[in-house]
Amino acid sequence: MSRHDTSDLIFRRVLAAFPITVLIIVAGIFFELVYSSLPSLHKFGIGFLYHSIWNPVEENFGALPFIYGTCVTSLVALLLAIPIGVGAAIYLVEYAPVKVSRVISTLVDLLAAIPSVIYGLWGIFVLVPFMRNVVQPFLGKYFGFLPLFQGPNYGIGMLAASVMLAIIIVPFIISVSREVIAAVPFVYKESAYALGATRWEALSNIVLSYGKAGILGAVILALGRAIGEVMAVTMIIGNDPKIALSLFSPGYTLASVIANEFAEADFPMYLSALIEIALVLFLVAIIVNILARLLIWSVTGAQSAEAVK
Amino acid sequence: MNTNGRIEVKNLNFYYGNYQALKNVSMTVEPHQIVAMIGPSGCGKSTLIRIFNRMCDLIPSTRVEGKVLIDGKDIYTKDTDVVSLRRKVGMVFQKSTPFPKSIYDNVAYGLKIIGIKDHRVLNETVEKCLRRSALWDEVKDHLGKSALSLSGGQQQRLCIARAIAVDPEIILMDEPCSALDPIATARIEELMAALKDEYTIVIVTHNMQQAARVSDKTAFLMHGQLIEYNKTTDFFTNPSNKITEDYITGRFG
Ligand SMILES: Nc1ncnc2c1ncn2[C@@H]1O[C@H](COP(=O)(O)OP(=O)(O)OP(=O)(O)O)[C@@H](O)[C@H]1O
Ligand SMILES: [Mg+2]
Repeated sequence: MSRHDTSDLIFRRVLAAFPITVLIIVAGIFFELVYSSLPSLHKFGIGFLYHSIWNPVEENFGALPFIYGTCVTSLVALLLAIPIGVGAAIYLVEYAPVKVSRVISTLVDLLAAIPSVIYGLWGIFVLVPFMRNVVQPFLGKYFGFLPLFQGPNYGIGMLAASVMLAIIIVPFIISVSREVIAAVPFVYKESAYALGATRWEALSNIVLSYGKAGILGAVILALGRAIGEVMAVTMIIGNDPKIALSLFSPGYTLASVIANEFAEADFPMYLSALIEIALVLFLVAIIVNILARLLIWSVTGAQSAEAVK
Repeated sequence: MNTNGRIEVKNLNFYYGNYQALKNVSMTVEPHQIVAMIGPSGCGKSTLIRIFNRMCDLIPSTRVEGKVLIDGKDIYTKDTDVVSLRRKVGMVFQKSTPFPKSIYDNVAYGLKIIGIKDHRVLNETVEKCLRRSALWDEVKDHLGKSALSLSGGQQQRLCIARAIAVDPEIILMDEPCSALDPIATARIEELMAALKDEYTIVIVTHNMQQAARVSDKTAFLMHGQLIEYNKTTDFFTNPSNKITEDYITGRFG
């Protein structure tokens, strides 16, 4: 064995240790969560996932309201954030003058660095009143026939939380999409123009189909962020464990309930139930990631791998 | 045989910012001819053919002086419809640029964007163009497969099929064979000879044998100037300009 082979081997082993360590940590977290939630797992079984009562006084715990709140707010946030984020990225790369684009891009990247408690404060003082006085009355008036926009209007609630989440994740989507779109080789756009495509056609069916995989990747990251967001959501969602169809009504999310109630969980079953909530959050995050990845594969097929070359 | 597809260039100057890339170029390309453009790297060949379909518009702060007429019509007036000009003057690039779509959708792309949805029309055009570009026999059983799965030479022929699907009069080719092996190159050259009946072709090439083999006329550019433009046979056997002679005999780069 030559000197080179040996050093290569050592180097490879050392590098391999890093991903293995990460795996061990993740597995460790998982087992710790399972272990600590065993009392709750035993008592409530699978029913924990679909029972909608959360009553610490009677030691009766069901996670459905939190699962519901997390899914609804994340989903609505994505619905709002994807068109805005991708649209803004297209504008910045394709239409904005270089200087404008540079300034806005820097600002957007800065937005991603703002601590979420500050978003939360802004939410309480600006977003919630705005929702209460402008957005929700408008929706109620013109779209009130949909069950989504009915019921009392407090300002705080799932819609406000969704908008908040959308605002938090939009910078993510913009920055990644911007890079993806800018990375599409110019000659592909030229090829579309050479066939008589307008600017919009070249963008929508050539540039975006090259960028599809990357943009979806950005969306997954954003979704992960939305599912796990604690502070900003807790401050404006209303923290009420109930399941209501109306987006105007208060709700609760998995992440919020853990943060809010952990300190007051003063008997073992309560604590165990909260840890089981954490376990559910962990699994939801992983499942969403897997689903999103499957979606990427099915949308882009084998093409994306080659398109990236 | 239609007689459209004439390009006339009159006293053309072209600037990238302050840099003048073309200097007082005048030439005429007759319909149904193949014109080869040769010259050292950076002399302005690509720039010149990109002026013919206004692809140079895409680069900011460029400027065109002089006149370029296609079929007698000035293409640099304010009311020139650039989109329809580009359908009339197709282009094939050095690197093949298949879209990440199926083979069928690549060829049909130019038709679909102008709203042609009739499947019979689309099917016929796709088949006709793939036959014309000598690709049909190789792909007819898997038109639904991704265009990215084709070989480099096949991809380039696909790009030619895609270009002729919008029924252009002129096809511009910028070093279409430079990434291909000799066999794939020979197929593209045969294809050009076959396409000549219907289209005017302007091809940029670094390969002088190729220019001599395929073209009716050859243009030689250097430092943005058109040094010589002549019938290909005369151009290579009896160049009228000393610089041309030096270039084609390989006396400089
Ligand atoms: N986008 C651009 N901005 C500024 N200058 C450019 C640009 N494109 C080309 N040029 C300059 O214009 C001149 C002509 O370029 P062009 O691409 O037409 O050369 P070419 O003859 O096609 O060369 P090659 O054989 O290497 O492809 C070169 O000096 C080049 O540096
Ligand atoms: Mg060139």
